[in-house]
Amino acid sequence: MSHRLSLTQAFVFLLRRDLLLALRNRAEYAMPLLFFVLVITLFPLALGTSAELLARIAPGIIWVAALLAAMLSLDSIFRSDFDDGSLEQILLSAHPVAVLVLAKVTAHWLVTGVPLLLAAPLLAEMLGMPGEAQPVLLLTILLGTPILSLIGAIGVALTVGLRKGGIILSLLVLPLYVPVLIFAASAIENAASGFDPSAQIYMLMAFLFLSTSLSPWATAAALRMSVS
Amino acid sequence: MRNDRLLFEHLDINLDAGQMLVVEGPNGCGKTSLLRILTGLRLADGGEVLWRQQPIDRLAGDYFEQVNYVGHHDGVKHELSCLENLRLARAMGVPSGLDLDEVLEQVNLYAYGETEAGSLSAGQKRRLALARLLATDAMLWILDEPFTSLDKASMALFSGLFEQQLERQGVIVMTSHHDISLPTQALQRLRLGVAA
Amino acid sequence: MFLWFHKLGSPPHFYRIAGKWIPWLTWITVLLLLAGLYGGLIEAPPDYQQGESYRIIFVHVPSAWMSLFIYVVMAVCGAIIIIWRMKLAEVVLISSAPIGASFTFLALVTGSLWGKPMWGTYWVWDARLTSELILLFLYLGVIGLHNAIDDKRTAARAVAILALVGVVNIPIIHYSVEWWHSLHQGPTVTKFDKPSIHWSMLLPLLLMALAFQFYYVLALFHRCRAELLRRERNSKWVEEL
Repeated sequence: MSHRLSLTQAFVFLLRRDLLLALRNRAEYAMPLLFFVLVITLFPLALGTSAELLARIAPGIIWVAALLAAMLSLDSIFRSDFDDGSLEQILLSAHPVAVLVLAKVTAHWLVTGVPLLLAAPLLAEMLGMPGEAQPVLLLTILLGTPILSLIGAIGVALTVGLRKGGIILSLLVLPLYVPVLIFAASAIENAASGFDPSAQIYMLMAFLFLSTSLSPWATAAALRMSVS
Repeated sequence: MRNDRLLFEHLDINLDAGQMLVVEGPNGCGKTSLLRILTGLRLADGGEVLWRQQPIDRLAGDYFEQVNYVGHHDGVKHELSCLENLRLARAMGVPSGLDLDEVLEQVNLYAYGETEAGSLSAGQKRRLALARLLATDAMLWILDEPFTSLDKASMALFSGLFEQQLERQGVIVMTSHHDISLPTQALQRLRLGVAA
Repeated sequence: MFLWFHKLGSPPHFYRIAGKWIPWLTWITVLLLLAGLYGGLIEAPPDYQQGESYRIIFVHVPSAWMSLFIYVVMAVCGAIIIIWRMKLAEVVLISSAPIGASFTFLALVTGSLWGKPMWGTYWVWDARLTSELILLFLYLGVIGLHNAIDDKRTAARAVAILALVGVVNIPIIHYSVEWWHSLHQGPTVTKFDKPSIHWSMLLPLLLMALAFQFYYVLALFHRCRAELLRRERNSKWVEEL
């Protein structure tokens, strides 16, 4: 009789499983990224040739699009596992559920958040965002998208068992997303105008730290509730 | 209670090592709910579940380590191969001594090791779900309608496995619409849904 | 002591006790409201800067306080639900949500009406207003989530988690006027040194705050009793009523 895997091994195992599943469901996971790009490209079309206006609101546009794309992608974290019974098995695992949840959320971020990070510079250029703001833009996306995945996971966990879960998911998750949006957009705007964005960046770091340490527990509790 | 309907009350059951409990009753009488309460997936409105004299919510991971649950859903990922699915089941629990190829062989799925689980028939998927019982080491097996979609040969196969588990001093709690041929001295029956 | 607490937690006992207190609470609430409104609308002198239009603070500030207070009560109930699964905590949480939402809405509306003569605008996206608006959405989320789940005990667990997660917003609302200097005025009452508001205005304000507190308990008792009847309708004590 052998012993169960170490916690780190189990974490890595589940992370790799989710990445593998994402790879085999490529089409589904490409949607949020496509949506992100599409939404952003709508704005130059709508705002005509006013390049200066576009450049000024570029931080806001990119972040609102990132928010909406994140919300679209949330369902995929637990939906498939809930439907086929794998979620129950994860909850019945010998390992602490909060850590396993963190593995799944990390996988979600890698698959949905990191592509945004890669697409953002190109889109920022397209909107005419000043060059000195771009590093800050990337930093806010790097810090912010994991927060969106972590907080979003709580919302999905609360609603995965509901019939029309998607609608109420938006209602639950958007109020919690708003602070991230405010600080991220404000940081980039500051950088674009030549001011110091460090205060906002520190707030984002604080949110990231807070959500990484607390959200897995809340998500685990919510999953137990949804599965019961 | 489920949606304000009382399912059952005043249940007092004791199971020793090497024993098996079969829960019977009409549809909707709460068999699945009872099993899920025993696994810890569902909270009872009153009372407690004890494993070796300790409440299971206190034991948490240590209890889950010793439980294998196969419910209505197979718990099988369609996009993963049979072997990948079993490897995952192992990672979540305590691995048994068996090699995964041996496990697949015992449930007659050896040829499908690398096949995506999604392309299996319902009966094959169920066998894969039950193969988890062999891939991990657990004292307590909680099985909800394990024989769904299985043909007679497979049912006999798994009945044999259940006997082996009992001989190993394991415990089984299950529900089934089918008749299982098992040594009666190890068997307890619980009938739910009988009017008080 | 614990015995009293345990007894209070029992639904039929709470139902009876709450029923007895309701008439008293009604009278106290009405009296406090009248006293507060009289003090605020008639007795207190006009503000030297804003004239008569400032008087809306006698409704605005207490409702804002209540909106925060009630959410904290919900979060505490949430913790009790998760740890002890106490039925009464479940009922108090879900009964408080609509009351809290109403106070939040009232605070936002009265603030908006005050904003027009004072700042020239009905709304501004500063930290305090934005986070108060977020609070309203959190309340609505609690109500919505609870409605969406059929089994009410499971629903209670869900909203307990939601309430606890959202409680992070409360210190943000409260301290937002200190952390960010923007349009909304700074703290005047809850500072740790002497409040910078005149007694003739402070007294009616406190009376209104007290009145709103009693109103909350009154409305809570009414709602809790109704909710208890709904949940326990199949139990013996309800049949015996």
